[in-house]
Amino acid sequence: MTDDRPHLAVIGAGPAGLAATVAAAAHGVRVTLIDSAARAGGQFYRQPAIELNAGRPQALHHQWRAWERLRDALARHVEAGCVTHLTDHHVWLVERQLERQAGGADRNAFTVHALLGPEQQDPVEVRADAVLLATGGYEKVLPFPGWTVPGVLTAGGAQAMLKGTLAVPGRTAVVAGTGPLLLPVATGLAAAGVEVAALVESADPKAFARRSRALAAQPGKVAEGARYAAQLLRHRVKLLTRHTVVQAHGDDRLEAVTVAALDTDGRVRPGTARRIACDTLAVGHGIVPHTDLAETLGCRLDGTDVQVDDEQRTDVPGVWAAGETTGIGGAALSLAEGHIAGRSAAARLNGTEPDPRIWAPAAKSRTKLREFFAALDTVYAPPARWTDLVTDDTVVCRCEEVTGGAIREAVDGLGAGDVRTVKLLTRAGMGWCQGRMCGPAVAGLAGCELTPSRRPFARPVPLGVLARAGEAEADRSAAAPPDALPD
Amino acid sequence: MSKRLTCDVVIVGAGMVGAACALYAARAGLDVVIVDRGPVSGGTTGAGEGNLLVSDKEPGPELDLALLSGRLWAQLAEELGGLGELGEVIEYEAKGGLVVASTPDGLAALERFADEQRAAGVVAGPVQDGALYDLEPHLAPGLPGGVYYPQDCQVMPALAAAHLVRVSGARLLTGCTVTDVLLKTDGTVQGIRTDRGDILAPTVVNAAGTWGGEVAALAGVTLPVLPRRGFVLVTEPLPRLVRHKVYAADYVADVASDSAALQTSPVVEGTAAGPVLIGASRERVGFDREFSLPVVRALAVGATQLFPFLSDVHAMRSYLGFRPYMPDHLPAIGPDPRVPGLVHACGHEGAGIGLATGTGHLIAQLLSDKTPDLDPAPFRPDRFPEFPEEEDT
Repeated sequence: MTDDRPHLAVIGAGPAGLAATVAAAAHGVRVTLIDSAARAGGQFYRQPAIELNAGRPQALHHQWRAWERLRDALARHVEAGCVTHLTDHHVWLVERQLERQAGGADRNAFTVHALLGPEQQDPVEVRADAVLLATGGYEKVLPFPGWTVPGVLTAGGAQAMLKGTLAVPGRTAVVAGTGPLLLPVATGLAAAGVEVAALVESADPKAFARRSRALAAQPGKVAEGARYAAQLLRHRVKLLTRHTVVQAHGDDRLEAVTVAALDTDGRVRPGTARRIACDTLAVGHGIVPHTDLAETLGCRLDGTDVQVDDEQRTDVPGVWAAGETTGIGGAALSLAEGHIAGRSAAARLNGTEPDPRIWAPAAKSRTKLREFFAALDTVYAPPARWTDLVTDDTVVCRCEEVTGGAIREAVDGLGAGDVRTVKLLTRAGMGWCQGRMCGPAVAGLAGCELTPSRRPFARPVPLGVLARAGEAEADRSAAAPPDALPD
Repeated sequence: MSKRLTCDVVIVGAGMVGAACALYAARAGLDVVIVDRGPVSGGTTGAGEGNLLVSDKEPGPELDLALLSGRLWAQLAEELGGLGELGEVIEYEAKGGLVVASTPDGLAALERFADEQRAAGVVAGPVQDGALYDLEPHLAPGLPGGVYYPQDCQVMPALAAAHLVRVSGARLLTGCTVTDVLLKTDGTVQGIRTDRGDILAPTVVNAAGTWGGEVAALAGVTLPVLPRRGFVLVTEPLPRLVRHKVYAADYVADVASDSAALQTSPVVEGTAAGPVLIGASRERVGFDREFSLPVVRALAVGATQLFPFLSDVHAMRSYLGFRPYMPDHLPAIGPDPRVPGLVHACGHEGAGIGLATGTGHLIAQLLSDKTPDLDPAPFRPDRFPEFPEEEDT
């Protein structure tokens, strides 16, 4: 069966990818939605496994109606043959080729390389005319003494556990770090029956109230904040702002954390340390955009964000991006960006110039939400002096077990001035996660900006798969380079 | 405003060659400053595998330099540095190289090549039939044999450069970009100008590797250093399943080739830290940093052909670097007669880690007016025509 509709590959089935898929599929584009999870939803709308037979999964979510609309629309498009939803597909590379057309003009062609199956060993390749990257973000966690003790998990990890498995990680929890994610994590844990002993936020959210313009533009967000505040009160969660966790205690298992107050310079105030007994610490310091696929495609980045234009196009022809990968801004912003990206891609793939008026409401909410999150960003920040807490024997890179002391030695004693050289001299960031976890910490300790490090493979790929990648393509292409193989 | 340092020698480039020059110059009693626009090991050194090879070199000046360098590396490895023996700190391993032929004809050619190398002082042992699998049990079955080179060694290049700089005691200025080579009215070197001030010294050593042509140009001379791109694949950490540096016989031909087109030949080696490194590709495409699936795929094909078990092993990452390529495959080492006081130590192509110690040693001998251990004439920096034909960049 041939299908002459243009083909868009959307990578990531979170809010941005779903919104984009639905928007593009409704406007004459065949979409392949590729995602690593077993069910659509991404981190935000993470769904409990079907076999858990959850009675009221929405109890753990807000904006449930938006999810239901997307879910139902996706199902309709799949049913109608407009969308193919590939689950459990782990994309490791997106390759762009220029195909010479009969008329002599070059045409974009993309191959999405993914790994399938529980072992992620089986290769799958999806060919498309354009790609839309909705790869989301991943959590940033900064190290402190004891953060590797079992019982310490990321805030997002705790939330994923709740949403995905309906399980609670422990009996008594402390939620700590910085950022708006801590509120739903604390209230979610409390609602699930965990005693939340404290919510430890290093920022002073009261500073946010002073940014009245961005707030006034987002009455919904104000209400959301008020709702969380009421829930914290109801569950008697102690809110400690301008505080930080200085140490987690325990050997085989977390027993307690020590928290302390911060002064205005971000230093720990002497004499304010206190111990809070807990078996779980959910800690997070914000979200970092997932940009590996975009970088390898050659997309321009602005700091750590993929740069896009008003239509959500990157500077690489045929590549759109939406959601957290273009900058952290939450689910509502991801929905707006995804919608715009999907409409733009549909129009352009069908050879027409899109009229921005068709997505005017989404563009309006995008503007407001970007302003809101820019303001949020200035408020929520790790303690300015967080590196002071990292002792020389604190493990910073968990994969390779590299300590703070080794990193300081590489910087002060050996002349490493950036994350890459620290990696070369200490192995920090060379392990399985390829520095995704320790990158921000290493940058902080090295005293340099966090710049995205180039990771040509978005995830590890078996050499046997790599050796055959795009084989069919290579055979077809006369421009394949001559290999100097053994005689 | 500008901070004026005075020293005997300022070395431009804190890569492996600059570090070795600093070490031997300092040991010759000279006061040394090293500058680099990036961090230590930030250029080609940080993108290399750390090969100290004699096996891939035909008899001639480069092989002589490699043999001298190999002896110096072995001496350095036994010295104390950092927390233990320097060799351990920089992951020095005398693991030996194994060159594998894929056909009987290929083996015959390889053995003829080894005979010539032996005459020049290389230790090369024939490896036939089963002996091949005693050395490397996981090689693909059915290979006719190869040649074993016990003098081939490896270091972790970024660590080696950083620790040699430290052991040298030279002052290291990173994040410091050279903007000019300062000359006196008589045309001799006066020092360098950087974005952080002038550094005055009667001798400037150009150890800027692939960017050595740019430093030469600041002094008003041409040095035809061109980038020759190479990709390396890195696997997940493994137990020691690949014991030596193992490569296919056609690697030697690729190294010696003048072609700008892509060449790949499988080079596979385990490392002290566990990951297996897979090379080697060569292509002259300027400073293009774009990832290339065709190149990396060719590396994976070659490696899995040599070691079939690698098919199920994960590639964790891939990186690329730019070898400093010279038209005749020999580095530029020694004083530049066109600008008295300017000394070059760059253009080692893919052999810079291995050849660094010999290069540094020769530079120190030349700077302190000693008779050099090797005749430096073949490495003369002014051996190229002043206006070379435009190369593909």
